[in-house]
Amino acid sequence: MTTLRYTKEHEWVRLEGGIAVVGITEHAQDALGDVVFVELPEPGRQVDDGEAIAVVESVKAASDVYAPLAGRITESNQAIIDDPALVNRDSAGEGWFFKMALADEAAFHALLDEAAYTALLETL
Amino acid sequence: MTDNPTKTTPLDALHRELGAKMVPFAGYSMPVQYPAGVLTEHLHCRQHAALFDVSHMGQASIHGPGAAAALERLVPGDMQGLAPWRQKYTLLTLESGGIMDDLMVANLGAHAKNGDRLFLVVNASRKHIDLPHIAAHLPPGLHLEHDDDRALLALQGPAAASVMATLAPELAALPFMGVASITLAGAACLASRSGYTGEDGFEISIPAAQAEAVARLLLAQPGVMPAGLGARDSLRLEAGLCLYGNDIDETTNPVEAALMWTIPKRRRAEANFIGAAPILAALAAGPARKRVGILPEGRAPARGHTPILDDAGTAVGEITSGGFGPSLNAPCAMGYVRTDLAIPGTPASPRRPALSLLVRGKPLPARVTATPFVPHRYVR
Repeated sequence: MTTLRYTKEHEWVRLEGGIAVVGITEHAQDALGDVVFVELPEPGRQVDDGEAIAVVESVKAASDVYAPLAGRITESNQAIIDDPALVNRDSAGEGWFFKMALADEAAFHALLDEAAYTALLETL
Repeated sequence: MTDNPTKTTPLDALHRELGAKMVPFAGYSMPVQYPAGVLTEHLHCRQHAALFDVSHMGQASIHGPGAAAALERLVPGDMQGLAPWRQKYTLLTLESGGIMDDLMVANLGAHAKNGDRLFLVVNASRKHIDLPHIAAHLPPGLHLEHDDDRALLALQGPAAASVMATLAPELAALPFMGVASITLAGAACLASRSGYTGEDGFEISIPAAQAEAVARLLLAQPGVMPAGLGARDSLRLEAGLCLYGNDIDETTNPVEAALMWTIPKRRRAEANFIGAAPILAALAAGPARKRVGILPEGRAPARGHTPILDDAGTAVGEITSGGFGPSLNAPCAMGYVRTDLAIPGTPASPRRPALSLLVRGKPLPARVTATPFVPHRYVR
């Protein structure tokens, strides 16, 4: 069973032992340009599906990052606070933004799969 | 009514060939960055040399006897004292004392037949206002030509001079704000030793048909990288240089904009330029607000329109330009602050006013500082 899903807001979500790891996609980091600052949610915070909970800033502009699902933040990635360029270098791996415990794991499976996200990118 | 189609510069095909990300700016399709990205382009400029296409800007010439004196009606700078083959930064002023545009004026010497020749470079976003205004105010015998058949390139960085040394050796001796006629790739060009980055460099005006050849020649030189408008903005912000429409506009006068250095004693005494009375009155009374540099204490950038608050949370100003400074490796900004709080300080100074910036609803501490954030390296 695949554990990787995507959102229309260009986030990826990976389910790892009940915890969802969230980052922004290659498309998003490329569109943003060089990332210079990120603001991440506090662990412990309850978030709603679609709530703007993080900020990623490039040289030119700031963008919101949204909670892909409802749940509770368990961890934020200090590595990208210390080295924002990591988001550009490794958006799918080390450049993850935050981890969360999901309110409803079924909702994860309802997110876009790889094929659906690829199709979305082709419409842009 | 159809929309005005987006204009392109003579280098449009080259930008696309180089993989530029194109964006609309002042009615033109312009490269905001190339594949290297804004950060790399910015850093490369300060370390070596970067080439910018700024052909969207307005280039124009005033021909005729007494051109400098005539222009002094419209600008508060010393045009009559501008020596041949020298350039000055000045302002077009409004009756209100506000600023219509900032611009460069170069003296290209006198011609036996045609009188004086002044060469102007104005902002792309304002040329449709500036040029008719200037033309309308020229007395008989003087003519304004819009040189819209010319491209403009800026080669900026500490290596710019050595790049030009093999191509146009006469530029080595050109002082900062000097102007010279040179030949590049067989094209008759006009070069000034100036720019918008705080670094040494040249702005080069080229006939449109030959611009691509000149650009390719410059890009072929070792160490030259193309750079777009994204890097151009971060470079000028670090250099503390105003962007018309952000830091100066029709509602800002030169006193509060900290640009009185462009108005010498003679011009203040004569007070014979548009807007002289309100500008001199503002100077005498002292302005209510001043343009200053602002450094957020943390890592979060504060962008244009960010409110500036005092320690009681009262709004005392606004950021007009802000972002991340790649060479500074920190956010930086410019804005207007109530004059009594517009005092540069240091964290150690107890007299420093405590200011904060309202970013995403939270007050982030910041301090007023002198500009530039990155020292200028003009070759004087």
